[in-house]
Amino acid sequence: MEAIEILFTASLWAAAIRIASPLILATLGELICERAGVLNLGIEGIMTVGAFAGWVAVYHGADLWTGLAIAALAGAAFGLLHGFMTVPLGLSQHVTGIGITLLATSLTYYAYRLAFPEVTSPPKIEPFAPFEIPGLSQIPFFGEALFRQTPLTYLAFLAVALVAYVLYRTPIGLAVRTVGENPAAVEAQGIDVTWLRMGAVAVGSAFMALGGAFLTMSAFNSFYFDMVNGRGWICIALVVFGSWRPGKALLGAILFAAFDAYQLRLQQLAGAYVPYQVFLMLPYILSILALIAMSRRAGYPRALMIAYRKGER
Amino acid sequence: MSSEIAPLQDPAEVVLRLSGITKRFGPLLANDAITFDLHRGEVLALLGENGAGKTTLMNILFGHYVADEGSISVFGAALPPGSPKAALAHGIGMVHQHFTLADNLTVLENVMLGTEPLWRPAARQAEGRRKLAELSEAFGLAVRPDARVADHSVGERQRVEILKALYRDARILILDEPTAVLTPQEAEALFDTLQKLVARGLAIIFISHKLHEVMAVSRRVLVLRQGKLVAERVTAETDRHELAELMVGRPIPEPKVEPVPLSDALLDLAGVSVADEKSGRPLLADASLTLQGGEILGIAGVSGNGQSTLADLVSGMVAPAAGKVALFGQEIRFFDPTRMVSYGIARIPEDRHAQGLVADLTLEENLISARYREAPFSRRGLIDWKAARDFAKRVIADYDVRCPGPQAVTRLLSGGNMQKLILGREMAQGPRIILANQPSRGLDIGAVSYVHGRLLAARGQGAGILLISEDLDELLALSDRVVVMYRGRISAPLLRGQVNIRDLGLMMAGHGFPQGNSGGEGSHAA
Amino acid sequence: MRLEPRTETGLGLKLAAPLAAIAVSFIVAALLVLIGGASPFAVFAAVIKGAAGTQFALLETLTRATPLIFTGLAAAVAFRARLWNIGGEAQLYAGAILCVVLGTGALPLPAPVLLPMIAAAGFLAGALLLLGPTVLKTRFGVDEVVTTLLINFIMVLFVSLLLDGPLKDPMGLGWPQSKKVIADAVWPKLVQGKRLHWGFVLAILAACAVWFINARTTFGYEMRAVGFNARAARFAGIPVNWVMAKTALLSGGLAALAGVSEVAGLKGNLTLDLSPGFGYAGIVVAMLAALHPLGVVAAAIFVAAMFVGADAMSRSVGVPNYIANVMVATALLTMVAAMLFTRFRLRRG
Repeated sequence: MEAIEILFTASLWAAAIRIASPLILATLGELICERAGVLNLGIEGIMTVGAFAGWVAVYHGADLWTGLAIAALAGAAFGLLHGFMTVPLGLSQHVTGIGITLLATSLTYYAYRLAFPEVTSPPKIEPFAPFEIPGLSQIPFFGEALFRQTPLTYLAFLAVALVAYVLYRTPIGLAVRTVGENPAAVEAQGIDVTWLRMGAVAVGSAFMALGGAFLTMSAFNSFYFDMVNGRGWICIALVVFGSWRPGKALLGAILFAAFDAYQLRLQQLAGAYVPYQVFLMLPYILSILALIAMSRRAGYPRALMIAYRKGER
Repeated sequence: MSSEIAPLQDPAEVVLRLSGITKRFGPLLANDAITFDLHRGEVLALLGENGAGKTTLMNILFGHYVADEGSISVFGAALPPGSPKAALAHGIGMVHQHFTLADNLTVLENVMLGTEPLWRPAARQAEGRRKLAELSEAFGLAVRPDARVADHSVGERQRVEILKALYRDARILILDEPTAVLTPQEAEALFDTLQKLVARGLAIIFISHKLHEVMAVSRRVLVLRQGKLVAERVTAETDRHELAELMVGRPIPEPKVEPVPLSDALLDLAGVSVADEKSGRPLLADASLTLQGGEILGIAGVSGNGQSTLADLVSGMVAPAAGKVALFGQEIRFFDPTRMVSYGIARIPEDRHAQGLVADLTLEENLISARYREAPFSRRGLIDWKAARDFAKRVIADYDVRCPGPQAVTRLLSGGNMQKLILGREMAQGPRIILANQPSRGLDIGAVSYVHGRLLAARGQGAGILLISEDLDELLALSDRVVVMYRGRISAPLLRGQVNIRDLGLMMAGHGFPQGNSGGEGSHAA
Repeated sequence: MRLEPRTETGLGLKLAAPLAAIAVSFIVAALLVLIGGASPFAVFAAVIKGAAGTQFALLETLTRATPLIFTGLAAAVAFRARLWNIGGEAQLYAGAILCVVLGTGALPLPAPVLLPMIAAAGFLAGALLLLGPTVLKTRFGVDEVVTTLLINFIMVLFVSLLLDGPLKDPMGLGWPQSKKVIADAVWPKLVQGKRLHWGFVLAILAACAVWFINARTTFGYEMRAVGFNARAARFAGIPVNWVMAKTALLSGGLAALAGVSEVAGLKGNLTLDLSPGFGYAGIVVAMLAALHPLGVVAAAIFVAAMFVGADAMSRSVGVPNYIANVMVATALLTMVAAMLFTRFRLRRG
């Protein structure tokens, strides 16, 4: 059946890797925040900010890598705001996160409208071009699937390895993991819990913004409203699905993206019989199912969402 | 029981000096101009009842708090305040009362945390492992470096805490109520370890409110009372009675336990087993006990051996998977808290804050929490707040709860007053069975005395009381009979005349219990 | 620096929090307007004029406030029990769908019967929609924030699907919209010739009802206890899961009434843009009101004023109307921080 054959085409998997890239980056970002004990529901808004900031910088003449850096900084700035409210002030992580998403999104749309008041179709930039890795890209099947992606995708994969290494093999990674399990343990060893958590949230938010920037600087070439379209919430599910481990989160993102790529192609086959909205719904439904499946929550950071008040013992 | 206390090598060397340390929390004066010295190679006990200011003082020393006045010098150098990092750098280590360990990480990870510069690109695990093994060997503190802390017993976790401090080359070690969670035998082992540390030149500050420990292990004792340093004694030159009086400042009446006629069995557990919902592990295994009216049945045991589950069972929070539970002769089939309350069971939970009260509700709201669905507090879904308020006023008066009024937020009350509030709520119905789970934890002596008085009074009126307590002194003072819990099993009861601490300690460590089939909530002991 | 609990919080301090939130949002907006090259005074003047400068503007504000009162109440009820219902959008659409399904001729009943029936059906639809994520939370520990959010996206697609198919208006010239509801299903206007309708009155009544439930009933007491400390509530014998379920039913139903109100009272049919984020705005309304039901009415009117005024201002002065969204988000964050300081004070050491 043609529906099954599609699963074995390299183009499907190439699309899957491409679709997965923003998810990988943003999921890594949320993973870092949650490992430090802070739930960051600002992810949807921060991805939006990243998408806009990077793109608008390039539109005004910056080169792509500078644009990425600006996106990351913008994300980190919102991350610091979220971190400030949730860590030293200890406010509800749920409500603050939703507030950050609302603020980041509305600021982005305001800035966009201000910068481009009369456009009907959004202006374009020159995005990252696919970069074929010499040699590797000639391998049958894997070559097309893996090694003809844009540099930002390669960056995403490298990021997974980097984050895993830092978390598990460096002193600061140990500190981040511990502060999400028992902040008192970190304080008793002479490390400041507030700076550590806020730092983790800022770094995580930078990754989220890079995930958003992928959309405007690699996948597509312009910014439009509702671009992120719930990807942030899907990434929250992916963190749970990956048991807060970078490697598993990567697999989850690819699996998810493969499913998304698959349903796009299925639509072309079956579009006459099944309304397209059903296909579009599937990623969100899948996310809910993933959350239920992982509901026994093995391995969640023990101090997640519990505010740490210094000196309260 | 006491170990030989070695004479000081170099009595003149002062390693730590606190001068005029004062700390206020709002109107409360927690520490009042405290000044003392610590010498190399000595064990200094800091004695005081709950709330005297001992932990606050040590938290200031370790840098968790900043003193309002006063200074500290360590080995002659001034200690910058408010920084655990500085304290650690000056050679001070602390074993906290509530362990500062990350359960899901390994022992090695916990020990190495913070010992390397944060920007180092790779942790030096091999070196760390070697150093930990050396220390472990030198002081006889066996741990498993690559196992998760969660898989260690409480006694082992304390060893990890001590190793953490030694790994950082601590020369001064603070231990905050270290024996609260240990069996008597484990406490002995700890005291031996302390002697080894002292022999190597460390100085130790030992916080406790237990007189026999202080007598056994220290060379000098500082007595704190209501924030002030009221006395300093050389341990060999004083005794328990003097220390007790200094600690409290007034003669404490010993609880008078008079013989009371026993009634028929009020509560009867026969072969009860309870399994953990998620993992299926046995929390209570084939447990049997009988509680009669007019007695206090003490339940001893290291925490995590099934006491919480027993309390949950009697509170109506869990149901047994096997066995029979009978109340007043009738078998119970359905378990929920409301039902148990309606049967006349009073429940004093072990954690006032997490279980006993909703801190953000008002006093009157908390007082009706178990009976809000029945008259006189509500009718047809509407709450009669006047009835609730009247009830609250009665309880506040009868139980001497110090508070702004029945509409004050419960969070504002002190620990002792919260416990009195809970007592008032639970005893208001004249219950026939009282489950008291760690009823005097964290309370000052006045409040403890009050709680004991109320329990004994209830006993005198024919109520049966299940007293779960980690404080063996309390258990032995109040109980008519004692049972020990180990790994979810309950021992045969011992009469009050027949039991001593040493035997209890052995039973708490497992002697006399059938091997295998480990139950209980805690992790498995070494 | 330390946070120390206050012994009491006077009413003045409690009111200071939302006022501070509003003030900060105005300051931030002024800055953004300056960056945009316009005059803050001109902008604020236009906003105020657009929100309340004429009778038309005022009525328009109250009309826009109506769904916000419902979604604000929905969020307030849920948040009090620590049930993070972010799915107001989906519940609103559920109510709207039911209103259209039942009200476009399928039930040829007279208004006194049809109106309550549709409202009840819509309420039930929203109630059941929130029950799912709530059960997932209580039984499986699945975070309801994410599930309710994801359901919002699913619902919008579902509405699109319905409007392309079974609910499509055959006379609609291809636009995705449903048929109009019949006359007997329409909520009458409060003021002849204007857009303000009886939904506003129903919303106020709903706020009073919620206030009564909170202050006087056992259900309100249970929600409070469970929200503050579910573990202690369980120990006291309060059936926590059942209370959560009832809370979900009430909250979801209230949000759905916003959808019924918009269709039956204002628009007359269901379209894809029925809700420009009323569900999310409801969260801000609830927080600004510190979860107090009567405060929700005031906060909803304020937020509606911001949006209505910004729309008018955008047409006259030209500053993007997203400024209102920024103000509302800023007010939310400031309010949350300010509420902390009503309970704690800052101390040295």
